[in-house]
Amino acid sequence: MREIDLKYVQQKVKEAFIEANYNLNPDVRNALKQAFQNETEQKAKEVLQALIENYQIAEQGVFPLCQDTGVAVIFCELGQQISFINGSLNQCLQDAVKQAYQEGYLRKSMVDFPLYERINTKDNCPAIIHYELKDGSDLKITVMPKGGGSENMSKLAMLKPADGEQGVIDLVLSHIKEIAGNPCPPIIVGIGIGGNFESCALLAKKSLLTEIDHINDDPILAQLEDKLFKLINETGIGPMGLGGKSTCLKVSIKTLPCHIASLPVAINVECHAHRYKTILI
Amino acid sequence: MKTYYIKTPITKEQLSPLKKGDKVLISGTIYTARDAAHKRIIEALDNNTQLPFDLENQIIYYCGPTPARDGLPIGSAGPTTSTRMDKYTPALLERGVKILIGKGHRSQEVCDSLSKNNAYYMIAVGGAGAFYANSVVSSELVAWPDLGAEAVYKLEVKNFLCFVG
Repeated sequence: MREIDLKYVQQKVKEAFIEANYNLNPDVRNALKQAFQNETEQKAKEVLQALIENYQIAEQGVFPLCQDTGVAVIFCELGQQISFINGSLNQCLQDAVKQAYQEGYLRKSMVDFPLYERINTKDNCPAIIHYELKDGSDLKITVMPKGGGSENMSKLAMLKPADGEQGVIDLVLSHIKEIAGNPCPPIIVGIGIGGNFESCALLAKKSLLTEIDHINDDPILAQLEDKLFKLINETGIGPMGLGGKSTCLKVSIKTLPCHIASLPVAINVECHAHRYKTILI
Repeated sequence: MKTYYIKTPITKEQLSPLKKGDKVLISGTIYTARDAAHKRIIEALDNNTQLPFDLENQIIYYCGPTPARDGLPIGSAGPTTSTRMDKYTPALLERGVKILIGKGHRSQEVCDSLSKNNAYYMIAVGGAGAFYANSVVSSELVAWPDLGAEAVYKLEVKNFLCFVG
């Protein structure tokens, strides 16, 4: 068994949340610069210029990239050969979020009693944690502050198997056209296909954790990603919905086996402030 | 796309040339209000209670900033999605609000109410919270501190970038 001190984990997770909120990943920076170069329309260029200036200001560590510092989502891949000391893993992760949002001057955006009182929990907890049990003794944690505006623009549909590829394309395109400028385009589109109702949604979120320039290992899915990427950018929605060529920076698809009767499809929409950090302990 | 500079208090002359897609740089006073504050404004209007700030001829900015660091007026302060405020917006426009700033599209009802009241909807750059923090000169809490980031703040802004929606 490998022993891991949870005090160390808490410190690392806290730092990762703060880092994610102030320092945009290099692949997203490059994609925004690329989009700026591709645009010919003045308005689209101005918006993209503001977004480039935005991450340059944020990296100085005073102002977070976006005022919506998100729901704290955590993906935790847990090796079976680990034994933790100094507390419980779950509490450690929640405490890390609490500390990060306080010390990092991040907005606390969680409310309890969602349908009625909607009272702010004042520490951005609870974090939403997804555990995955793995072989070995590694602990891999990905933190993802996920903004509410883009999350609200996400969708899950239970298609019929006969709908096939065209059904997925139609669903994605009609949805992107409907949400238009709401999720802060240029967006990143994470798609889950297969599984069941709940696993499909989670799969779509995991699809977002793909580097912008990564090409899908499955050539058929790579082709579909490429096709959707082009079609979404041809809609002309553009940055902030003000028109232009850059509506999305990336489409990423993951699949899971599913029931003979089903074709679940989930679309998790992410804004250009695409924030996540992975730490290996 | 033309560029216009608007300085509060807003005048008819400043608003009349604006066309969809024009770039506007706003300087002066704006009020933040998002979901929870809108709910309270409407409750106050329904109950005929005095609002803690005047809506007449004002600018409402859909924004819930991050906490300000010591010595700074505000934290990150970009726009939030406007459509969530659609339900409440016509009542505010009837009370004289002249400019709304947010991101994304509006309902038909809001569009109709905007033209009826000679008011304008402006689109700011969503997700550019750090960028907009630099446009805020000062901020003052004016209502409902219990709402935290959703409280109403009176901001003094300089060359605040937006586009006519």
